[in-house]
Formats: sequence, C-alpha cells, structure tokens
Amino acid sequence: MSTATANVMPAKHYLNDNYGIRSWLLTKDHKRIAVLYLASITVFFFIGGIYAALIRLHLLTPQGALFQADTYNKLFTMHGVNMIFFFLVPSVPAVMGNFILPIMIGAKDLAFPKINLLSWYIYIGGALFSLAALVSGGVDTGWTFYTPLSTGFLRTPVTVLAIGVLIAGFSSIFTGLNFIVTVHRMRAPGMTWGRLPLFVWANYATSIIMILGTPVLAITLILVALERAFHIGVFDPKLGGDPVLFQHMFWFYSHPAVYIMILPGMGVISEIITCFSRKRVFGYPFIAFSSIAIAVFGFVVWAHHMFVAGISVYSALVFSLLSYAVAIPSAVKVFNWTATMYKGSISLQTPMLYALAFIGLFTIGGLTGLFLAALGLDIHIHDTYFVIAHFHYIMVGGMVTAYMGGLHFWWPKITGRMYPEGWSKLSALIVFIGFNLTFFPQFILGYLGMPRRYAAYPPEFQVLNVLSTAGASILAVGFIMPAIYFIWSLKYGEVAGNNPWQATGLEWEISSPPPTHNFHETPIVTTEPYHYGAEQEVPVVP
Amino acid sequence: MSEHKHPSLVLYAGIFFALIIGTCLTWAIAFQDLGVWNPVVALTIAVIKATLVILYFMHVRYSSKLTIVTVCAGFFWLMIMITLSLSDYLTRALQF
Amino acid sequence: MSHSSTTTTANHSDSATTATHHPALVHHFDNMEQQKEAATFGMWVFLLTEIMMFGGLFVAYLIYRLKYYPAFVAGSTSIDVSWGFANTLVLIGSSWTMAMAVWAAQTGKRKLQVLFILGTMVLGTAFLGVKAKEYYEKYDECHIPGHVIGKGFNAWGGCSADKSKGNIAEEVIKRDHSIPEASAVQTAKQSEMFFAFYFVMTGLHATHMVIGLGVLAWLMWRANRGEFGPEYFSPVENVGLYWHFVDIVWIFLFPLLYLISRHQHAG
Repeated sequence: MSTATANVMPAKHYLNDNYGIRSWLLTKDHKRIAVLYLASITVFFFIGGIYAALIRLHLLTPQGALFQADTYNKLFTMHGVNMIFFFLVPSVPAVMGNFILPIMIGAKDLAFPKINLLSWYIYIGGALFSLAALVSGGVDTGWTFYTPLSTGFLRTPVTVLAIGVLIAGFSSIFTGLNFIVTVHRMRAPGMTWGRLPLFVWANYATSIIMILGTPVLAITLILVALERAFHIGVFDPKLGGDPVLFQHMFWFYSHPAVYIMILPGMGVISEIITCFSRKRVFGYPFIAFSSIAIAVFGFVVWAHHMFVAGISVYSALVFSLLSYAVAIPSAVKVFNWTATMYKGSISLQTPMLYALAFIGLFTIGGLTGLFLAALGLDIHIHDTYFVIAHFHYIMVGGMVTAYMGGLHFWWPKITGRMYPEGWSKLSALIVFIGFNLTFFPQFILGYLGMPRRYAAYPPEFQVLNVLSTAGASILAVGFIMPAIYFIWSLKYGEVAGNNPWQATGLEWEISSPPPTHNFHETPIVTTEPYHYGAEQEVPVVP
Repeated sequence: MSEHKHPSLVLYAGIFFALIIGTCLTWAIAFQDLGVWNPVVALTIAVIKATLVILYFMHVRYSSKLTIVTVCAGFFWLMIMITLSLSDYLTRALQF
Repeated sequence: MSHSSTTTTANHSDSATTATHHPALVHHFDNMEQQKEAATFGMWVFLLTEIMMFGGLFVAYLIYRLKYYPAFVAGSTSIDVSWGFANTLVLIGSSWTMAMAVWAAQTGKRKLQVLFILGTMVLGTAFLGVKAKEYYEKYDECHIPGHVIGKGFNAWGGCSADKSKGNIAEEVIKRDHSIPEASAVQTAKQSEMFFAFYFVMTGLHATHMVIGLGVLAWLMWRANRGEFGPEYFSPVENVGLYWHFVDIVWIFLFPLLYLISRHQHAG
C-alpha cells in the first residue's frame, strides 16, 4: 500500500501522455473517455438545472406570473428529458464506471475501447438532437411522451427530441455491453467474483438493465416518430391505436431506467462507507446479490406507473405486490451499510458526508415509493407533487448525492489533485439543506392535492411553494460551488498522491493520475476487498 | 488455437434440410383448418427451427455456459415483457 | 466461481501456442483466446438487445392481433404467401451459406470463405429484391398505412378505377357471404393496423439485412486478403451470429404475418 507522503504528480500519466485535440477526440483510453463524458454531462446538468430554476421561479405565485401554461409545459418536459437521459443515466456509469471499473478489476482498459469512444460520440449525437429541440422551442409533452398528445400534434419538435433520446439510449446500451463483457472476461488473475468491489457489482447490474430495457424504449420512440411522420395509428385512438400500449412499452424501459439511475450510486456509497468507517463491508454477498435482484425485479413492476391509466385491476394488484417486493433488496443494502458503520471508525470527510446524506434521503425516497406502490393510496397521490417529491428524493437525494460523493472520492485519482475540504464540506451542507427545503414541502403539497405539471395552483398552497423555491435557490448555490472549486483544484489543489484516503482497492495502488495503461504489470489479486484492519490509520486530509 | 468444436459438414447440411422441411410443413399446415391450433403449430415449428439455428448454426451447442445463460436470459426477458403486458389486456374483461 | 483467463505478469504476453503475438491481437487483451471470447460474448450481448428491440414490436403486434383479429386475418390473407414462403427458404439458405463461411474460415479455406460470404450476400440481396416487389404490390393496392407515403390507405374499393384492386372488404365478403358490407368495410379499415405492423416489422428486419449486407461486404474484402484462419476467425463467426439472428427474426415473422388463418382462404 503506497503512502501519501511523497506527494508529487507523476511525470507521465494519461492526461499528459499525448497532447492535442485529436488525441482526445480519437482516444481509446477509458479514462479520457470518462473525462469527455464528465464535461458533457455537466453541461446538461446545468441546462436541466436552469429549467428547474425557471419552474421554481414560475411557481412562486399561484397564478404563475412568469410563463404561459404552454411554455410551462415545455419547462418541465425539457427539465426532465435533459436531466434523466443526458445527465442521470450516464452519470456514474459513464464517468466513474468508465474511469474506475477497469482499474478496479485489474484490466488495462474496457473490453471494447473503440465502442467506448463510439458510445460517447453517440451520446453527443443524441445531445445535439436534444439541443436542436431546445433551440426550436422545446417539447411540451412531459418527459414521458404520452400519446396521443405526443403523436397527434405537430406544433413542437417531439420527433427531434425523441430521436435524440433514442440515440442517447444506444450510447448507454454500448456502455452496458462493454461493462458486462469486461467484468466477465477481463478480471485480473485472482480477481474472483467474490473479490470484486461492490461498485463493480453495482455497475454490472446496471449494465444488465441498460441492455435489456433500453432497446424497448428505442422501438417505442421509433413508433412514435413513425406515427408522427406517416400517420400510422399504433398509439392514436383516432386511428385505432391504444395509448395505454404506449405506456406499457414506455414504462417497460423507464421503470428499470430508474434503477439505472440509482444502482450505480449505491455502488459508490458502498465504496465510500467502508473506506470512511475503516471497516470491511458488512454482508458483502447480500449487497452484491441485492444489486442483481434489483436489476431483475425492476423489470416486473412497470405498470405501477399506470394504476390509474385504465389497466385491469387484477393486473394492477400483481404489479402492486411486485413493487413491494422490489423494495426489499434496497432495504437490505441500507441495513448492511448501517451495519458496516456500526463500531467503525467514522471520519466525516466530504465523500462520507454525501454518503450519510444518501442513506437518509434514499430511505425517505424509497419508503415514499411504497406509499405509491399501494394501489389504494396511489389513486389519491398519483400525478401529484407527492410523486415529484418521491422521485427527487431518490434521484437527487440519492443518485446526485452519490454522484457528488463519488466525484469527491475519486477526484484525486482522476486529476491527481485534492479539492479544498473546507469549501466542499460547506457545499455538501448547503446541498443538504437546500435539497430538503426544496422537496420536503412537496410531499405535503402532494398529500394536500396539488397536481403535478400544472402551471398554476390554488392560493392556499403558496407558502409551501415559496419554501420550495427558496430551497431550490440554496440548492443551486450548493451545486455551483463544486463547479468552481473543482476547476480551481485542477491548478491549485494540493497534490493528492496515490492514496489520499488510505483506501483499499486496485485503483488506489496506482498513481494519481493513473498511467495510460493503468498497470505496469498485471496485478495478481490475493486479498478480499475492503480488507480494512484496526491498524489502519484514519486519513488526515486538511 | 482454441479447439472450438463445430458441426460437421454433414450436420450443417442436415440442419439446413430440417429447416427447409420445417418451413414447408408450416406453409402446408397453414392451409388446413386446425382451428385454434393453427397458430400454436406454426409457432411451435418456428421455435424448433429457431432452436436448431441457435444450437447448430450459431454454435451454442458447443459454447460456454455463459453463452447459454445469455441466450436463455434473452428469451426469459422477452417472455416477461409479453406475459406481463398481456396480463393486463387479457384480464380487463374479468369480473370476480 | 472464479475465472481468470491467464496468469501473466507481463504487459504484452504471448500465447502458449504461438511464438509471436498474432497481428490481430489488440493490446488490452492478454491473448487471442481472451480476445475471441470477449468478442463473441460481446456479439451475444448485442443480440440480446436486438431480441428486446424486436420483442417490443412483437408485444404490440400480439396485442393488436387479439384486438383486431378479423382485420389481421383479412390483412394477412391479402399478402402473397408464395413470396413470403420463397423468401423464408432464401433466408434459410443464406444462413446455411453463412455457417459454411464460418466453417471455411475456421478450417482456413480462403477461396471457399469468400465464395460462401458472397453466396450469403447474393441470397440476402435476393430476399430484399422480393421484399421490394412485395412492398410495391402493397403500394399499388393502396395498402400502405397512413396517407403520407403511397396513395393513401384504402382497402375498401377506393384505390383505383378497378374497384377490386386491394379491396379487402370485398375479399372478406367473398370468404363469408353472411357478413354485412358495413362490417366488412370496418374490418378493411382496421386492417390498416395490420399493415402498419407488416411494414414496421419487415422494414426493421430489412434495415438489419441491409446493414448486414454492408458488413458482409467488408468481411468478404478482409477474407479475400487472407486475414482469417484457424487462429483468428472471430469476425466471421460474429457476423455469422448477427446474420443468423436476422434469420431467426424472419422465422417468426413469416407465420405471424403471412399465415394468419390461411385456411379460410382455401387454396
């Protein structure tokens, strides 16, 4: 295990190995591709964030003084589409998975580096279509593209955006394909399945979802585009089609998609908790298999989004029951993380702050999901702000928090520099406060009956809406701060050394930043993961 | 390099003829009135043909367990999608 | 279960059986076997995604077949089953030639490889030619759904001066004289849904074939240069996997689209 005392940047590493734009745009190095993704998805995070800001500003007053209702519809649609497909789905897998996963298993790269680069270009292609839709005014159907609204009216660039989304979907298919083949075929000698870091298990499970679910979204959106262009009536009731069929096909992907948007985050949390508790993970096999269980179960619950859409009540009962079942593996993880921390030596560095926030906020989000899975209750809270609060607790309180935690955890490895700990702790706190202030009132609003996707609301809901908007402005500050200090750290951050956290894992045994080929010699793995012992010192990082 | 087993030429030809015969059977039986069994027979023959292609032309018979699991996973997931979607439509008219 | 493909400590390892490393070995793999296994597994995972993509269409097809069964029967019986049958045989033939191409690559027979890949391409092109003819027939009979491409869907006598052309309502009544005309016209109108699936499913399939033909051309060029032999033939094998998959999709499309209740249209 290397120490952090000799903190000098390595002479040659993947960032300075080659210069020039061609060396970046034609790279096959998984680490550079991860950085390309990092830059791209950050752009879309801020685009989605601007839409969120506009929504919250508009909702300061009951009559919504800022925008027309039609424009408001575009705001929440573009917020959702950009955040989900162009930020959240790629986030952890395409940035951290791409960068860290091959190193974690002792490989020199992913199985198919050229396909990895292709997946980034495909993402950019989809992103360009999305930007084109944005620039031509935006789409107003909701990110869910429900028919016949999306197929029957040609006023907004639905086809352009749908094509952008489906192209981006292929990007995630190729990422998932790459991860699966890599984990099966490129583990270093001694790196058995039982020694894999839980981050690898999480991304592996996510990849299964990506490859099995995303193609269905692709064909569904192709049918929407064909219907718009050629007036074939697959989903339009006027032409004999069934709008509920669209919902079945759409949610067959989009429900598992939400597990794509949480499982990698859970993998990050597993890595952080164990390191900052200086204790091996409790219940490793349970956490590993629960990832696979979530991936599999996630495919049989989709119609819980359709309880009030007109599906058969018997089918709804089955989906409701299965939706309860899918919560169990997630709960297993929460218990195991907690047990990992018990009697551990906790150190509250920034990644750990985010991980702790994750556990609490994800639990709230997950439990409120059970409210929604209950058929009788869902009838009242479907399409209200309760749903919005639920999924933001999971996606922002869970996944974005985990993403931020992972970014802070692996930033030293990716860049060779430490971020400023004081500022990072402050922004973690600001994010936590801002997040809860934004979204907790929305649970109450939903319970009281405020519908989602409405540009106006009854005046008695104003106080809670104002609180929510106030929270959003605080949250925004919390996200802008890291954008600034991370960039600052690239030049002025303290040199990190190989292992600033004294963490276990193959990625911490190589230099920060890593050399282009990761390992000078193929490692041979002989220890279990997370072999933290009592003799490990608590890392002290200023 | 790897002693990758594969069907003999005779076996390849045999599978080919089996597929041709299966197709002719499917076509001929389609013109007989078997009532509700028509689509069942046609799809059963199709599944047999597909299985022969997968096992022999695609070499799954000689492939690793991982390949077999992968192929089965594909059809399993397809069945999930078909069965659960149909479970909605087919139970709409039920009254208990 | 543990798996590791090699136990080496060197960056560039040589396989146990060849002295220098194969020119086609890429450096993040340790040896050709690992590379081959990864490539084949990668192709299978890709085919999984294709199963789900076509699968979505099959689900939608199934649901509408249940909902509009008479219309699906009427639509199916209006397409020429002989062409569909012939095309099925052609595609199965192309699967055989593809399997032979893989065998030839595996046994190092360069000329035969090229010949069989070419044969596969010829049969694939023939398939597409027949499809083009079928599509033209549907265009001529006003059976292309929607009113953007083609002459506008009209299966109840309004297609041309010849009122029988593409007249599904007429066919329905011919098969069962007890059906009132209004009902037959409605069945004809609903058959537009059948044709939507006919075109989208066979169209997506045909698109995959066109892409396959392009890949086969590239493969044939490489085979002609003698790139493939017993130590390295995985591109041929993996393109073969793709091509067989496309064949399997058609094996299901044929009965589902062409053979719905054919016995009613006896002879």
